[in-house]
Amino acid sequence: MVNISVDIASLKLKNPVMTASGTFGYGEEYSEFVDLNRLGAIVVKGLSLLPKEGNPTPRIVETPAGMLNAIGLQNIGIKAFINEKLPFLRQFDTPVIANFFGDSIDEYVRAAVELCNASAASGGIHALEMNISCPNKQAGWIVFGTDPKTMEQVVTAVRKAANLPLIVKLSPNVTDIGFMAKVAENSGADAVSVINTITGMAVDIRRRRPVLANNTGGLSGPAIRPIAVRMVWEVCKAVKIPVIGMGGIMTANDALEFLIAGARAVAVGTASFTNPQATVEIAEGIERFMAEEGLSDINELIGSLKSI
Amino acid sequence: MYRYFKAAVTGNSPVNRFFKLLSIYFPGEIITPEPGQFYMLQTGHTYDPLLKRPFSVFSHECSNAKDSNESSVTSNELKTKDKDLSLSSESSLQFLYRVRGKGTLGLAQMKAGDSIQVIGPMGNGYPAPEGDFIAVAGGIGIASLLPFLEKHRNRAYLFYGAQSREELVMLEKAGNAARETFITTDDGSEGRKGLITDVVKEFLNNSEKGSDKLSVISDKLKDKDSSLDSSLITHHSSLPLYACGPAPMLKALAEVVKGRGVKCYASLEEHMACGVGACLGCVVKTHSGQKRVCKEGPVFDIGEIAW
Repeated sequence: MVNISVDIASLKLKNPVMTASGTFGYGEEYSEFVDLNRLGAIVVKGLSLLPKEGNPTPRIVETPAGMLNAIGLQNIGIKAFINEKLPFLRQFDTPVIANFFGDSIDEYVRAAVELCNASAASGGIHALEMNISCPNKQAGWIVFGTDPKTMEQVVTAVRKAANLPLIVKLSPNVTDIGFMAKVAENSGADAVSVINTITGMAVDIRRRRPVLANNTGGLSGPAIRPIAVRMVWEVCKAVKIPVIGMGGIMTANDALEFLIAGARAVAVGTASFTNPQATVEIAEGIERFMAEEGLSDINELIGSLKSI
Repeated sequence: MYRYFKAAVTGNSPVNRFFKLLSIYFPGEIITPEPGQFYMLQTGHTYDPLLKRPFSVFSHECSNAKDSNESSVTSNELKTKDKDLSLSSESSLQFLYRVRGKGTLGLAQMKAGDSIQVIGPMGNGYPAPEGDFIAVAGGIGIASLLPFLEKHRNRAYLFYGAQSREELVMLEKAGNAARETFITTDDGSEGRKGLITDVVKEFLNNSEKGSDKLSVISDKLKDKDSSLDSSLITHHSSLPLYACGPAPMLKALAEVVKGRGVKCYASLEEHMACGVGACLGCVVKTHSGQKRVCKEGPVFDIGEIAW
């Protein structure tokens, strides 16, 4: 028997393949295509205290081997998530990780507390993932995830208020992601997700306008994978907490690059759009690879990168 | 899984220099599509293009699954979950498309024998009409409306607009399925020169007035029964409308039907990444909030759209 289960803080994952926030809805959208019991964890679409309308369209545009999105964090709000979506997710024997965000430190804290309270009351949420790629309006639109000082403040505040395992999803739009990961770790994060999308832009040359209504968007898909692998590798060298690797994973081999570079788990995002069963196929592929390599425990593989 | 499968391309032939018809075949059990539903089709075998593209189903031949006493447990389960769902044991699907961008260019290169990943049928499709109805097609929008016309043969007053004669793709097939066909082209190479929505407006106005003059019927197609008695014509102004075409056409149509108290359904188009309701890339603003074109649509009550 090959062991592919991994631990992220107090979470036990059957396999290291999670869904990436924003690409898997609230789980039910893909339940027709994937047995949700077979996932390592389900990370749901980013939640805020109040429902959010998001950006005008066009919100997405395909680019070579990738796509830009500027959805604008549209979501139904934490209350509706707890009342309408969580009961469905509770049926499955798979940890649910609630991704959340706010526009101020206070909003982050209140969102985290609301999620923790809901979980304490009736279960169903097993960890929190903080999206810190939002601007801090109070601090003059500094993005929480790109300024170490504001990041330290918001992660520290949420850590103090939240009793669920706390994962911080790092922005790649920084000079030294290893340093940012260290800041998250020192502020009390239990794990980090690496990476969020990379800011990009596409221009409609006939209309001389940006293609996206929001002008810029987040680039995802295989186009960003080498950047993500490099960043995961850097973060793994910088911190001791578990690292969840993501960015353009389309196949099991892609996921293996992240694991070997040091990621304890991986998240699959854009691949679900092109193949709704990608998550499960990748988990199966990892298991197959281990059998081929004669490995019995995935921990033999994680961080096994040889230095030259 | 009924809605995600790998089919075989059985044909991909040009209809004329603008349009092609893709045929695919799947031997296993999948869901029989309804007119107005769509499929997400793989358009290449590399990461560029990366995403599947949505295409309305143009036609299908589905041999129905076994008799009810033979049908498997899973298909029964599926039926009880959604009683409108029917399963086919073997399906041929056809998609009419126009080569426009990277995705359709990739699709155009597929050959018989190639494999193609398919997600679908997705979306809601057109609600069934109670009697006669008006169909408004703009260009390739006919791809979505034609199976609807064929399902409800000789019930539609079809208004079909395109840029030129050559772009009135499948005109004969559509005309045969419709009671009556009205045509416009932007360049006047067929039918009346102008916008199809103006003709719809004229038709509705005339029938409101009880006029028996339908001056807009194309010469080519007026052999059917072009002079209608005025009682029938009066009735036309209350028929439901079904439309598919470019956004400016639908927007103009929304204006035409505004305040007339008629039902008007429009099939919308948006860029989609997933097609299953997860990515929220394809939302449209409605008077009751954001709706996903792929999930709550693509067919919407036109009056609901906040243009």
